[in-house]
Amino acid sequence: MVSQYILSIAIWLPIVGGVLVLATGGDRNAPLARWLSLVVAVLTFIATIPLYTGFNLNTYTMQFVENYSWIEAFNIRYHVGVDGISLLLILLTSFTTVLVVISAWQVIQKKVAQYLAAFLIMEGLMIGVFSALDAILFYVFWEAMLVPMFIIIGLWGGANRVYATIKFFLYTFIGSVLMLVAFIYLYYQAEGSFDILTFHDLKLGLTEQILIFLAFLAAFAVKIPMWPVHTWLPDAHVEAPTGGSVILAAIMLKMGGYGLLRFSMPILPDASHELAWLMIALSLIAVVYIALVALVQEDMKKLIAYSSIAHMGFVTLGFFMFNAQGIEGGIVQMISHGFISGALFLCVGIMYDRLHSRLIKDYGGVANTMPVFAAFMMLFALANAGLPGTSGFVGEFLVILGAFQVNVWYAFAAATILIFGAAYTLWMYKRVIFGKVVNDGVKTLTDVTAREILFLVLLAVPVLVLGLWPFPFLDVLHASVEHLLQQVSVSKL
Amino acid sequence: MFGLSMKTIYLLIPLSPLAGAIIAGLFGWKIGKVGAHVVTILGVTVSFVLSAFVVLPDVLAGHVFNGPVYTWGVSGNIPMEIGFLIDPLSALMMTVVSFVSLMVHIYTIGYMRDDPGYQRFFSYIALFTFSMLILVMSNNFLQLFFGWEAVGVMSYLLIGFWFTRESAIVANLKAFLVNRIGDFGFILGIAAIYYYFGTLDYGAVFAMAPQFTDKVVQVFPGLDWNVLTLIAILLFVGAMGKSAQVPLHVWLPDSMEGPTPISALIHAATMVTAGVFMVARMSPLYELSETALSVVIVIGAVTAISMALLGIVQNDIKRVVAYSTLSQLGYMMVALGASAYAAGIFHLMTHAFFKALLFLAAGSVIIALHHEQDMRKMGGLKKYMPITFITAWIGALALAGIPPFAGFFSKDMIIEAVHLSQVPGSGFAYIAVLSGVFVTALYTFRMLFLTFEGKPRMDEHALRHVKESPWVVTVPLILLAIPSFIIGALMVEPLLFENYFGDSIKVLAAHDVVAQLGRQYEGLWSFVSHALVSAPFLLAVGGIFTAWLLYIRYPHLPDLISKRTRMVYTILVNKYFADEFNNFVFAGGTRIFGRWLWKIGDVKLIDGLAVNGTARVIGWISAVIRHVQSGYVYHYAFAMILGLFLLITFFLHG
Repeated sequence: MVSQYILSIAIWLPIVGGVLVLATGGDRNAPLARWLSLVVAVLTFIATIPLYTGFNLNTYTMQFVENYSWIEAFNIRYHVGVDGISLLLILLTSFTTVLVVISAWQVIQKKVAQYLAAFLIMEGLMIGVFSALDAILFYVFWEAMLVPMFIIIGLWGGANRVYATIKFFLYTFIGSVLMLVAFIYLYYQAEGSFDILTFHDLKLGLTEQILIFLAFLAAFAVKIPMWPVHTWLPDAHVEAPTGGSVILAAIMLKMGGYGLLRFSMPILPDASHELAWLMIALSLIAVVYIALVALVQEDMKKLIAYSSIAHMGFVTLGFFMFNAQGIEGGIVQMISHGFISGALFLCVGIMYDRLHSRLIKDYGGVANTMPVFAAFMMLFALANAGLPGTSGFVGEFLVILGAFQVNVWYAFAAATILIFGAAYTLWMYKRVIFGKVVNDGVKTLTDVTAREILFLVLLAVPVLVLGLWPFPFLDVLHASVEHLLQQVSVSKL
Repeated sequence: MFGLSMKTIYLLIPLSPLAGAIIAGLFGWKIGKVGAHVVTILGVTVSFVLSAFVVLPDVLAGHVFNGPVYTWGVSGNIPMEIGFLIDPLSALMMTVVSFVSLMVHIYTIGYMRDDPGYQRFFSYIALFTFSMLILVMSNNFLQLFFGWEAVGVMSYLLIGFWFTRESAIVANLKAFLVNRIGDFGFILGIAAIYYYFGTLDYGAVFAMAPQFTDKVVQVFPGLDWNVLTLIAILLFVGAMGKSAQVPLHVWLPDSMEGPTPISALIHAATMVTAGVFMVARMSPLYELSETALSVVIVIGAVTAISMALLGIVQNDIKRVVAYSTLSQLGYMMVALGASAYAAGIFHLMTHAFFKALLFLAAGSVIIALHHEQDMRKMGGLKKYMPITFITAWIGALALAGIPPFAGFFSKDMIIEAVHLSQVPGSGFAYIAVLSGVFVTALYTFRMLFLTFEGKPRMDEHALRHVKESPWVVTVPLILLAIPSFIIGALMVEPLLFENYFGDSIKVLAAHDVVAQLGRQYEGLWSFVSHALVSAPFLLAVGGIFTAWLLYIRYPHLPDLISKRTRMVYTILVNKYFADEFNNFVFAGGTRIFGRWLWKIGDVKLIDGLAVNGTARVIGWISAVIRHVQSGYVYHYAFAMILGLFLLITFFLHG
């Protein structure tokens, strides 16, 4: 039966496909590389669909599990599986990769095969991160995934790409090393096992828990990114090519949030409660402080990057409310943010491809020359501002509901996103899209092509569906989130 | 009807304008201008016909519907649903909304005839109608918020419809953000309801509300608030945004940058009354909190009088009507605060007709003068535009509250109700609404006289081209003038004294001023004859007379007065400096603070000190350590000797 190997297919198909794309060689064969990549990406997406259709909603136990011995000496296993939380993230990954391949079609003309191969390989590794149930396997995917990202920013990036890449590398690497130390400690506590589900049941003292929590946090907070370790993100986004920004914002940031749910909260319930104040404080700082910083950005990509940090602050806030609305809201926010920030980065990319500027002041009156584009960007801007009926609303709403149950003032601070989120997004929109044509560059703009419309539509549909009917998305989460709440509410002391 | 079940009809009412909007929006380029207005008008007509001739009679026959359409989502075992509550209140709103919308759709054919964005405009106003219907038909807070935000977005898109005009795109951003400040309170109110009641369904919340009268929540340590008061005030903050109550009123005058049809539809008749509707819908909650009612009545009264005063000094014809709308919304809020919900909704309805009429009449004048809005360049239009002139008179009389026009009944009911109310603040509110009557009549007739009477003040060229507007403009004017004339007299008894609203509005016996009015009420004729010797009527006549003195009899007087009262005039012309204050303190302050956080927090402290600082420290340490590895043998030898010395010392004395 194929269904037993769905996860392995989803992990290895894009990796093998990526290697094949790489084998097409130089830019002479670019069309072949493009078509092959598209086929691989679409096949991978199709391969992940049975994860959803065959998913059992009534259990929190891992599904589609594969468990083999890998490195006998240390009892490291190739153990993968999904629950409701990882399922949605895997689908988001396979879906987004298809869009990235389409969006690179004409834009990338140099080293096409390498560019596309990097994304396909990264896709496999990211799906690996979301499905690994062995800590070392997780760690390998987690670290390996950084390599293609460095290459993407380093080779296809902007002028200041070396600084951005090194900053990105140092930040994420230092955090990851601490996480590895924590894994090794847990390995000895678990009497020689790296099994994550075994970690969940380990008895651990409070001091241990707090130290491990901080070690994990070092890795996850950088990825999310949480204030004050967020400054690598705007730099990385500004330098990254459009596809890199999309994957960075849509998927990579989510790995930090996923880590909190898969490791920190269930393994360390007491530390999670003990340090909840810290997580909440950092989250709210992200929501308010970062939103204000976003307001005054002059570079569109930086603005969206800061907006991402603020929205991820909502995610972490929701998680540490320790109630169903908060956690489910946080997860939905991650998915929704994947679509919306991906879409906004693609929108900026569309303009950048034409005028080679990301600065707000270089634009104005784009709606006159690109009306169809303006309509799409309006939708995504409103979604980013959390408009009901779009996916952006669902997560924010649930997190606010969750926060109110814990403390009125958390909800109060969180709800400021309604004002600031609208302010920075729509103010940017006003300056870029509305108004009279400000310069000859804008006058020469041509509206979106059929290919661009294709990926914008592919993003608009989930944004609207998730906004109007989040039921099927939330439904997948219930059993897993309930179990997580159970785990995090039982003290290990 | 046609064998359709009622549930299908309820669905058809919002969905048919939606279908029109989608067709006109996505395929407008294909179906052309005629196609676009045909599909949207068809959609809205379906809504109106079904609302007025199927749903309304059905509701009057006592059939109330309350049920879900689909489950939006479930979180923590609490389902959140999309559903309809069709009762007398929503049926009335549906009828008013779809009727005014239909009139505005027809009018738009004439008003936007030469606009390149014709199809887009029809798509937007049909989509707005859909959103507004979703709002009023909702049976739960989630959907209410959906509609609430959706009408806000449509307002945003329509104010900025002419997106190349800088003033329009500043105004629409302002409108959206000020509304978002209101929504900030609103969503917290919804979160509070969800937390305390565990459901977002109106019926369940209202049923449970009386159990919460003693429940308190600690807002600050040492400060406890009643839960219902907290909820009611948070929700009211939302209403203050949407219904433009002081101090969140600043967006509405600027929204006049949008095309006139939407000023009539959205910024006068329907969307801005959403706050009033919401508070009336939530009467079972507001009734249980005296404090909240008091807040509502005071904010409403301040809005009613302060905004009316601004109407006197405006020269832009649309802005006069806009300030008038603000003031009238204040009247409606005052009614709600006095627990006279029925009177508030009654005024909402009459106002929807006569204010839409006044806006469309103003629009008719504006197109006749080729988009001139300054009343100083109008005058003497009555003989060129007789239909516009007569219908504008009807609207003005209704607004000023002259019997037997519609506004008279609704406004008089509000004033009487406030007079009887015992809510703290009602004394102040009574004075405010009473003096407001004089001011209302004054600015209304100032506008009427400046526009239609006297000598023409426009240039020769403009005057030569002045003519009555086409039938697509005048027919809606006439169709709106009819209810502006008669709807008050027709509806005052059923709406207020024959328990039309039934269970859809709940009033505590102690607050029930409408019932007290009912006991004094002795039929339409005696009501009118009593009113003819009452203060409001005399004040209204006085206002009209003053306007006549100032703008017809002695037209040089206004200038003289404004010069003599320089300070008052400056404050009024500058709208109490509210915009200046907001721009400087809120918009400017936030940007400065944001820039400071960015440049100091992110760039200097985190990146400069922490990140690059760490790199620099590591670099510095390595530079120092590098000196130790000098490569000279005697350095190493010296280091070894030093180390040996230290070790010996350690062992000997250790």
